[in-house]
Amino acid sequence: MDVMKKVPIKEQEPKVRATNFEEVCLGYTKEEAMEEASRCLNCKNPLCVQGCPVSIHIPDFIKQVKEGDFEGAYHTITFSSSLPAVCGRVCPQETQCEGKCVRGIKGEAVSIGKLERFVADWAFENNVHPKENPNKNGKKVAVIGSGPSGLSCAGDLAKLGYEVTVFEALHELGGVLVYGIPEFRLPKERVVKKEIENVKALGVKFETNVIIGKSVTIEELMEKEHFDAVFIGSGAGLPKFMGIPGENLSGVFSANEYLTRSNLMKAFNPDSTTPIMIGKRTVVVGGGNVAMDAARTALRLGSETYIVYRRSEAELPARAEEVHHAKEEGIEFHLLTNPVEILEDENGWVKGIKCIKMELGEPDASGRRRPVEIPGSEYVIDCDVVIMALGTSPNPLISSTTEGLEINGRKCIIAREDGATTKEGVYAGGDAVTGAATVILAMGAGRAAAKGIDEYLNK
Amino acid sequence: MYKILEAKMLADNIYKWVVLAPRCASRCEPGQFVIVRAFEDSERIPLTICDYDREKGTVTIVVQVIGEATYLMTSLKEGDAFHDFVGPLGKPSEFVEEDVEKLKNTRFIFVAGGLGTAPVYPQVKWMHEHGVDVDVIVGAKTKNLVIMEEEMKAVAGNLYITTDDGSYGRSGMVTKVLEDLYAEGKKYDVCVCIGPMIMMKFVCLLTKKFDLHTIVSMNPIMVDGTGMCGACRLKVGDEIKFACVDGPEFDGHLVDFDQAMKRQQMYKTKEGRAYLAAKEGNTHHGGCGNCGGEE
Repeated sequence: MDVMKKVPIKEQEPKVRATNFEEVCLGYTKEEAMEEASRCLNCKNPLCVQGCPVSIHIPDFIKQVKEGDFEGAYHTITFSSSLPAVCGRVCPQETQCEGKCVRGIKGEAVSIGKLERFVADWAFENNVHPKENPNKNGKKVAVIGSGPSGLSCAGDLAKLGYEVTVFEALHELGGVLVYGIPEFRLPKERVVKKEIENVKALGVKFETNVIIGKSVTIEELMEKEHFDAVFIGSGAGLPKFMGIPGENLSGVFSANEYLTRSNLMKAFNPDSTTPIMIGKRTVVVGGGNVAMDAARTALRLGSETYIVYRRSEAELPARAEEVHHAKEEGIEFHLLTNPVEILEDENGWVKGIKCIKMELGEPDASGRRRPVEIPGSEYVIDCDVVIMALGTSPNPLISSTTEGLEINGRKCIIAREDGATTKEGVYAGGDAVTGAATVILAMGAGRAAAKGIDEYLNK
Repeated sequence: MYKILEAKMLADNIYKWVVLAPRCASRCEPGQFVIVRAFEDSERIPLTICDYDREKGTVTIVVQVIGEATYLMTSLKEGDAFHDFVGPLGKPSEFVEEDVEKLKNTRFIFVAGGLGTAPVYPQVKWMHEHGVDVDVIVGAKTKNLVIMEEEMKAVAGNLYITTDDGSYGRSGMVTKVLEDLYAEGKKYDVCVCIGPMIMMKFVCLLTKKFDLHTIVSMNPIMVDGTGMCGACRLKVGDEIKFACVDGPEFDGHLVDFDQAMKRQQMYKTKEGRAYLAAKEGNTHHGGCGNCGGEE
């Protein structure tokens, strides 16, 4: 074995997986995991832990994996994280734990994400669950949203003895984990449902089909239903559009709509009653994880698929692994390219997308070089479906119905590090505060808010 | 699960359910809608609220069978339950916020087409309960498709019923009745029009001529109903609006109906049209405004 390199992990062949919705990565076996774990240097000052938004005791759990104590490893991880099977699959490890790994200086970082996934999957298979705290403190907390920040906040509070109820607007629990991230990246039955079962095992209650701000307000939750504190983890749900001509044609979708149809409503399954438009040729606009998810979904549904992104490869915000997988599966990237108009056929359907080539100019506010149009470089990509994956912003439903809850210019709820908002007893975290970000950052914020709420209620 | 306290067929292919949904019933207002799923694996269907009872905690919905999902729903009887029932969604009708004295001095005409009678009803009822008399036009294709006549009669000022084929009430489309009323010397300040998009379009063309402010309730394709998917986006004036969170009611003179109708057809080739063609043979000839059969 080459100690400088990661133990390779099995994946479905690109050509095979491009036609199905089964998970791409097949995970480590026990032996492979133990071998990979042995690469960990068990640093005295573990930088990987600093890179983790929820500060998992990484060297400790890896040591336990090395010794074959998988149950111990699971309890080490779940001390800090409520959703290890999810994080092991969707965290951008290359910029977090693995990005800091000392092994990575001269060779490849330890495969921390894949080891976390292995441990969580082992726990599912062997019926190892976190345990409910029998010592209740008699205080009630409402958590709004059952996505990553809400689940993480609810899990932590339940461990501390709070009586927690999570309210979810949709009919299914999991937030972006069920409506946003596709099956082939995060299996719903095998992973998401089981993680939620584990949060339930901690004693957390769930109520679906409740839209806070519509079905009930935060004031009512606190005054009539006697919740001592509220955590808002409502995410960033509103899709952005470009404002170019043709965006309302039939065949133009937000990535949210396309992915919700496929993931939440199971439209990828021909038996589903919810339809989805499968184009002959699909163009996805954007370069983030959501763009990759939408493109790889369209591809699997049988469409020839292109990605149009206005910056260059280096600026693609998606996880490196997703870009790599998308390319392997045959998705064609039109980089430094920006749409200017969506073209219409005689029936009001999309028939193509007119794009212009870009070049990189001076760095902008984000520090990335700003793309500038190259005059006269317009060209048309023929297509019948266009998916806009340009990011999302927080839903104003809650902020507009809660007096005293302040938002900033981007409609994000204003919250301190510990999650406290401008309204007493109300905490917030995740995309509702930061705008669209990652699962693990939302989980980190949910954790911080659980701590903040605990301190507030024990003042 | 949301228990069904009453289930009734109102007319051919039109069904009514009274559903126990206390959270929704405690806060819903005229103009708002709910999303329901009949079974665990059903499609999410947006439906305008037809009535509610805050004390009993019930919400009434009326559904017309237009596709597989609505057809399957008809198997739900009294004592059964909807798997999911969420709401209220969207904004209440504007008048709910207005000063009642001002409303009493405003001449309202409500125009309901077909199934649109159901969402018009709670608005007229609200007016009645607040002491505001309003006129109502109810249009249907034919006599046995007129729904909720008795309920409407109890709360409306003048009620004008019309059928396209003249089999009941006045004869002709709702637009003809409105024109006739104006010809008879009636005048209105606000028109609220709910029905198939094609009908709302033509009512708006007419009320523009009368310089009559018109509010319409849009029923585009939706998935989540909370602003997340953007499927329900509409062009209203120069702006793009989401029917689910910005509406469903808009200034009808600003709505781009042609675009909205094109967008509504998007899945109909797959869902409603194909299904109805198979299920009903040649009995369905469009006109419901939902299936695209009229195109």
